[in-house]
Amino acid sequence: MNHGKALKKSEKKFLKDIALSLKEYQLIVSLLERTPSKLELGLFGALWSEHCGYKHTKSLIKTLPTKSRNVLIEAGKENAGAVNIGDGYSIVMKIESHNHPSAVEPKQGAATGVGGIVRDIMAMGAYPIALLNSLRFGPIDKKINQYLLSGVVEGISSYGNCLGIPNIGGEIEFEECYTDNPLVNAMCVGILKDADPVKAIAQNPGDLLLLVGSKTGRDGIHGASGLASQSLNSDSELRTAVQIANPFLEKKLLEACFEACRLEGVVGMQDLGAAGLTSAAIEVAHKSNLGLSLDVAKVPVRETGMTGYEIMLSESQERMILIVKKEYNQNLNKLFSKWDLESKVIGTFIEDKKVEIYENNNLLSSTPIEYLVEAPSYKIVSEKPKWLSKLQNEKLSNPNIKNIPAKSILKSLLNTSNISSKEYVFQQYDHQVQTNTIIPPGEADASVIQIKGTSKGIALSTDCDSKKCYLDPYIGAMMAVAESCRNISCVGATPLAITDGLNLGNPEKKDVQFQLSETILGLKDACNKLEIPVISGNASLYNESNNYSIYPTPIIGSVGLIDDFKNCVSSSFKEENDLIIAIGNDIFGNNPNYLAGSEFQKYIERQLSGKPLLDIDFEIKLQKLTRKLINSGLVNSAHDCSSGGLAVAISECCALGNIGAEIDMPIDSWEIPLFGENKSTIIFSANPKKLKKIMNICDMNSIPCENIGIVKSNKLIINKILEINLKEINESWSSGFKNL
Amino acid sequence: MKFGIIVFPGTWSDKDCKYAVSDNLGQKSKYIWHKETDLSGIDSIIIPGGFSFGDHLRVGALAQVSPIMNSIREYVKKGFPVIGICNGFQILCEAGILPGALIRNKNLQFKCKWTNLQVSNNNTIFSSEINSKKILKIPISHGEGNFQVDSKTLDDIENSGKVVFRYCDSNGTIDTESNPNGSINNIAGIMNKQGNVLGMMPHPERACNGNIGSNDGNLIFQSMINYVIK
Repeated sequence: MNHGKALKKSEKKFLKDIALSLKEYQLIVSLLERTPSKLELGLFGALWSEHCGYKHTKSLIKTLPTKSRNVLIEAGKENAGAVNIGDGYSIVMKIESHNHPSAVEPKQGAATGVGGIVRDIMAMGAYPIALLNSLRFGPIDKKINQYLLSGVVEGISSYGNCLGIPNIGGEIEFEECYTDNPLVNAMCVGILKDADPVKAIAQNPGDLLLLVGSKTGRDGIHGASGLASQSLNSDSELRTAVQIANPFLEKKLLEACFEACRLEGVVGMQDLGAAGLTSAAIEVAHKSNLGLSLDVAKVPVRETGMTGYEIMLSESQERMILIVKKEYNQNLNKLFSKWDLESKVIGTFIEDKKVEIYENNNLLSSTPIEYLVEAPSYKIVSEKPKWLSKLQNEKLSNPNIKNIPAKSILKSLLNTSNISSKEYVFQQYDHQVQTNTIIPPGEADASVIQIKGTSKGIALSTDCDSKKCYLDPYIGAMMAVAESCRNISCVGATPLAITDGLNLGNPEKKDVQFQLSETILGLKDACNKLEIPVISGNASLYNESNNYSIYPTPIIGSVGLIDDFKNCVSSSFKEENDLIIAIGNDIFGNNPNYLAGSEFQKYIERQLSGKPLLDIDFEIKLQKLTRKLINSGLVNSAHDCSSGGLAVAISECCALGNIGAEIDMPIDSWEIPLFGENKSTIIFSANPKKLKKIMNICDMNSIPCENIGIVKSNKLIINKILEINLKEINESWSSGFKNL
Repeated sequence: MKFGIIVFPGTWSDKDCKYAVSDNLGQKSKYIWHKETDLSGIDSIIIPGGFSFGDHLRVGALAQVSPIMNSIREYVKKGFPVIGICNGFQILCEAGILPGALIRNKNLQFKCKWTNLQVSNNNTIFSSEINSKKILKIPISHGEGNFQVDSKTLDDIENSGKVVFRYCDSNGTIDTESNPNGSINNIAGIMNKQGNVLGMMPHPERACNGNIGSNDGNLIFQSMINYVIK
């Protein structure tokens, strides 16, 4: 190619394939002071892709708080973040998206998404102890979305189950905007005992690059640049860019690498993910302040005639890099052969800070490393779109419910795919392997696993209410953080850290730029208020097709710690005659903005409007008090009011406990108090003897607290507004996925 | 006593089994790699769950030709107790040590959930500690747990008390509703003719401690321990 002034049609197409703009091409030419080869352009395309280079998010992500006294590895420094939980244990975690591959091929796309995030945790030298996921699809009544959902769930299930890692939680939403752009975000949590996390570094020139695992094939070429960094318009031609999963190979790799990183002579570890060898090897060299000399002819391949370009950009799965000393222990070879794994030295770290790629003795490319890894950073304009102001300012008067009785609305909401029990999904995931699961998915606001040999428990949750994010990306992002931490608090655990999975549309468009900057601002402000650090994350942009973008969807995965897991409570009502107690800033609130972006609004109005509300300062107090009430043994259950509002939350406590409730609340109209989504409300049940003490503690902490009813019989009765049999609740709530 | 826990590439219930018999029941245990052949000093064997060899070819098909399996055949002949759990059950069927086969669940989906088990025979090495009226709460976790066998063999195992566990509801009723995978006669666990090998799809090692939901699985391991110690 030449200096870019008169590129041929085929050259322009090539630039498009690797997602480089003409300007970026010209920048590369001026940096190198020559025309780059095809291989070099491939390297730049991969490393400057949105997926690896964070061109549109870098400057914003830097503003997020990343430190706390427990943080061992901050966001962006290694393959995943790490926090200390005491007693010599640390927790490693990260969330990652695999959206575009799952849109193209749901089963393999989702499966390889799990594989990728597990390797990130493996690369830290940790053993994976939990998986979670957050999924988004278009409306479930459409065949295509049923196909995507069942394919994605099967993919996650087949991969995670084979690895023996419990999949203990997650959340799913269904909205029109995800029809062409389903989201698959997978989170993995690992544990380390009495060991520092392994880093992805080399120590000295002369250290060797050892590639282990799967042979390299032509699968997944241009995954990072093609799938992850452009909008999807016609997906079928990209099918070859999706890799095929081999969870058995990953399981062997997992066991072998866990042992390998403890052997003498192994100094670092790095997984191969997006942009394959290019990203993995070059980033290690850069981070180690070294250069790299690599021979593509040494890479074990599974197809004949593969070029250097193909080998460097292949995204074949189930591969890891170990960085080893020259005189590395031969036990390493023994270990890999025990697990029938192929390993091969393919390169050497060098003093000179450049990347030299050879094919046998033939030098294919020599490029200064800094040019490759320093992708341009683009400025984001943050200007509120007019359509959004209009939506937010729409006055929400009392909704027109067209005489539909409260009971029918409740039944319909319980039956919607967003609220309905997700048992259909959870039961396809092995959530018990490793014998740590104290609270399984679906039984409480967060799932809890034990740390064997201690009384400690780890609580985990993933959350995002994307309809709220659509109406107000700033408040929506704050809500996602608040909700995730609230869920952790509702089992009695203290939030320790979060990982963020940002999913948005095309960042080259102004509307999305506004959503992006507001989202990250919201995350930052909420994290600062709740004093919780972001220890890892992922950004998936270009979730857009045919000019139709997804809602901003910042998925928050959080981890919390409880000193004694026996104190944990679940959501279900437990005992007949227990009192039902609500705490919150506006328990019976009648503010129409509680309906903004609610399930009720979606169901009744069929469109979203208004400005969602959140008092983040109140959340801090609310969550603290919730943890206190639970850990003092004063309450038997806890559940926050989330999608569907108070009436749905109480119904869920009844359904899970298989017991009814009688509620008596001082309200005049019922629409907003019952179905509005003021999320800073928590429902407890408690023995009547504890009421006084609970009231006192709430009083002392200036948190409004109301006894709103009693756990009783087999019906839910709310004032004279509605009366519904437990059986009807169960039927509505448990049949949202009946036809799948 | 000392349990031997067999480990194939792809096995993942090995650590859970050790947790159950050693951490919770205080017995010795040892991992045995599938390429080993020496079973001396082992009082009883557990073939744990997982996806041995990734379930490639057919569940259990590759594991059953591992070197350890010849030793296990000899070991079984000598009368030592062997329990195969989930994938372990599948391997024992593939190896011909137990009759029948495990095919895909009736609804073709992987299922992980708590099940209730009725004890059809409590006069065995594996169930002597279980009161005949007790309903065990033990979870399943499999995609291929649908037990099928030809009608003659079915009659044989039914008539000779070789069916040890059946899926039921919490009241002990055995019906289609309480059958999680379509197994014939709701069968969850069976023995060989000699009665020293048990294969079961549910995971007793995941029911070894009330904190994780149930400790009913201990009754099975405890029955084996009592048999060996006596």
